[in-house]
Amino acid sequence: MSSDPRFAGLGPDEVFAAALAEGRFIIQRCRTCGKTRHPPALVCAACGSADIAWITASGAGEVYATTTVREREGSYNVAIIELAEGARLMSRVEGIAPEGVRIGLKVTARIAPEPQPHVVFDAAGDAP
Amino acid sequence: MTSPLRGKTAIVGIGNTRRWNAPGRTPFDQAQEAAILALEDCGLGLKDVDGLFCAISSSGLPVLNMAEKLGIRPRHADGTMVGGASFLFHLQAATSALVHGLCDVALIVYGSNQLSAGGKLVSVPDPQPYEAPYKPRYPISSYALAAARHMHLYGTTREQLAEIALAARGWANLNPDAFARGPLTRGELLASRMISDPLTKADCCLVTDGGAALVLTRAERAQDLRSKPTYVLGTGAAVSHRQIAAMPDLTTTAAVESGQRAYAAAGLGPRDVDHVMVYDAFTITTLMFLEDLGFCAKGEGGAFAASGAIAPGGTLPVNTNGGGLSCNHPGMYGLFTVIEAVEQLRGNCGERQVQGCEVALAHANGGVLSSQATAILGTAATL
Repeated sequence: MSSDPRFAGLGPDEVFAAALAEGRFIIQRCRTCGKTRHPPALVCAACGSADIAWITASGAGEVYATTTVREREGSYNVAIIELAEGARLMSRVEGIAPEGVRIGLKVTARIAPEPQPHVVFDAAGDAP
Repeated sequence: MTSPLRGKTAIVGIGNTRRWNAPGRTPFDQAQEAAILALEDCGLGLKDVDGLFCAISSSGLPVLNMAEKLGIRPRHADGTMVGGASFLFHLQAATSALVHGLCDVALIVYGSNQLSAGGKLVSVPDPQPYEAPYKPRYPISSYALAAARHMHLYGTTREQLAEIALAARGWANLNPDAFARGPLTRGELLASRMISDPLTKADCCLVTDGGAALVLTRAERAQDLRSKPTYVLGTGAAVSHRQIAAMPDLTTTAAVESGQRAYAAAGLGPRDVDHVMVYDAFTITTLMFLEDLGFCAKGEGGAFAASGAIAPGGTLPVNTNGGGLSCNHPGMYGLFTVIEAVEQLRGNCGERQVQGCEVALAHANGGVLSSQATAILGTAATL
């Protein structure tokens, strides 16, 4: 095999999905500059290094931006969460009314199983 | 230092089908009609076209389809697809291709039938598995997240966003070709149905059909054609992300970069611009692009719009055709920002004509604030 061994194994989307299916929320951290990113890729978006490690996300984060999507069937939240590790991802805050989700709200990650495992968030500690 | 490309090329032909609701026509029918109109505008023929630039939402291979339909055999082609900003990326590429001899006559062309074919925004297939589980409305929820962040940081209000829609309608009412004309009140705007907070239906651009085209040549040839040339003084482009969660700062777009590149290339700044066209897919985009292109400070876009500055009679004529909010929005509106800039520089705009219009800025956006491109255009007096 003449393929570059640094890129051996499953691609990062598959690695992420497999971990999620096992109940683990993992994100990437650059071994060169320490920045995190999600969704995953082959390089660090901050410094361009291809030397990337997977870490288990602490699950702690806060709401960076939020919207309430109004559909006939009902309203729901869509938010961008900034994780304590720095990376941001699109997700949803559950357990409180969608309009009650505020920028700056501290949240904690949880894996929702259906229809495919995906990361959602609850208000951390006592909900406001 | 200004760009060596400054003033070396000109837009010599424009084509605008003005068919905003035209059942029975395909996107390529709209595009072909626009191409014919643009070539007739300058007195060139299809056989003169040797550079073809094209993007169409519903086609993966638009250049091939367009070339076949128009019966042309281009020696240079560019199907760059970065959403609604594609055509300003094409404009930048065309100026370079013309100056370096890759082609002599460049045609940039677009068509859409999204209103008559179904009435919903047609987007190119581009699945986003990290967004799909959360069901954002595409693309409005992405823009709503940016608007929410802008409101949080700068105190921007829904009332200020309504002023942007009101200004657009004010201009549309001076444009007989605008699709949405007639009275519109602040009360109606603020009572509009919420779709993805804080954006309502009234914050969204129209859904229309349409076709548009530009013909460009090198400047020396432009002088011999029958139309009044519009010179390309500077262009700039920038790409920052695909998904909204990956945007580095939701309140500052890559228009900062594309604008600085265009200003530097033209040797001009915001104060030199007589007429501004910014892609208003949503009210919030007008606001953010006015900030990012230097027409007001970051965070002051809301107050700037609410002052009446961008409405008819204000200090800065913005989106004088009525914009995507009130003139037309066939899905990828970017080319229409250039069409209106050329019309203003030619002095063809009747009631909405900007007096003494010598320098115009056209800016387009693509994706979800993802791609940004800026063009600064001028009359012969600016060379």
